[in-house]
Amino acid sequence: MEQYNCRQATRLMLQERDRELTSTERAALQFHLGICSACRKFQNQAELMRQAMARWRSDRNSDKSDSP
Amino acid sequence: MSAFAAQVESLRPQLLRYARSQLRNDAWAEDAVSETLLAALERPQAFAGQSQLKTWLVGILKHKVIDQLRRHTRECALLSDDDETDVDELLFKADGHWHEAPQEWGSPEQTLGQRQFFEVLELCMERLPQTQGRVFMMREWLELGTDEICKELSITSTNLWVLLHRARLRLRDCLQQGWFSGRPVA
Repeated sequence: MEQYNCRQATRLMLQERDRELTSTERAALQFHLGICSACRKFQNQAELMRQAMARWRSDRNSDKSDSP
Repeated sequence: MSAFAAQVESLRPQLLRYARSQLRNDAWAEDAVSETLLAALERPQAFAGQSQLKTWLVGILKHKVIDQLRRHTRECALLSDDDETDVDELLFKADGHWHEAPQEWGSPEQTLGQRQFFEVLELCMERLPQTQGRVFMMREWLELGTDEICKELSITSTNLWVLLHRARLRLRDCLQQGWFSGRPVA
């Protein structure tokens, strides 16, 4: 199995939102996350951003928020 | 002016702000909003009984914004020097390890409950380089698929991946600086 470095792992964690990763990619990513605490933190940051964008989108598309 | 027209008109500034954030061009944004208001005023009956006024208008606006993107395909996909900056190179060493490990951001619930966070988020989105900002918003606001974005802007999927990747890393960096480190976004 290919060993990812942090740069490659980061790229896949972001691409995961736009396309389905192959099982090879998923396995290699999981392996990297298992040994790299820095990338696990990045994963949490990416998840927070994903949730933030979802909230932002629903506010923008509806009447709820009227912030100027 | 009828009450309906006045109500529609009162939402113009907000719609304009939304259109600008996607199109990154004042003239195109004005056009998209004018077309939206016109469409709304020409068929008020279409609104009758439907959701809320703003929700309805934003729905129309999204279509008009896509029309504008189509009309200006070539200009929309031009890359600025800022768009071209290799963000990866700033974040990672030559061997692919982080220069500076990402920090702990805490629980999403805690952050997302704060209105001010979303003000910083919007500021950070505005700050993205033009073309990165456009593709990011096409994905996140217009919710277009990646193949649709490539088609509308006539760019390759490789280009799109690079742009989205850089936009997200920049957004993360801006949030780190402007929110999580407690420094105001300068």
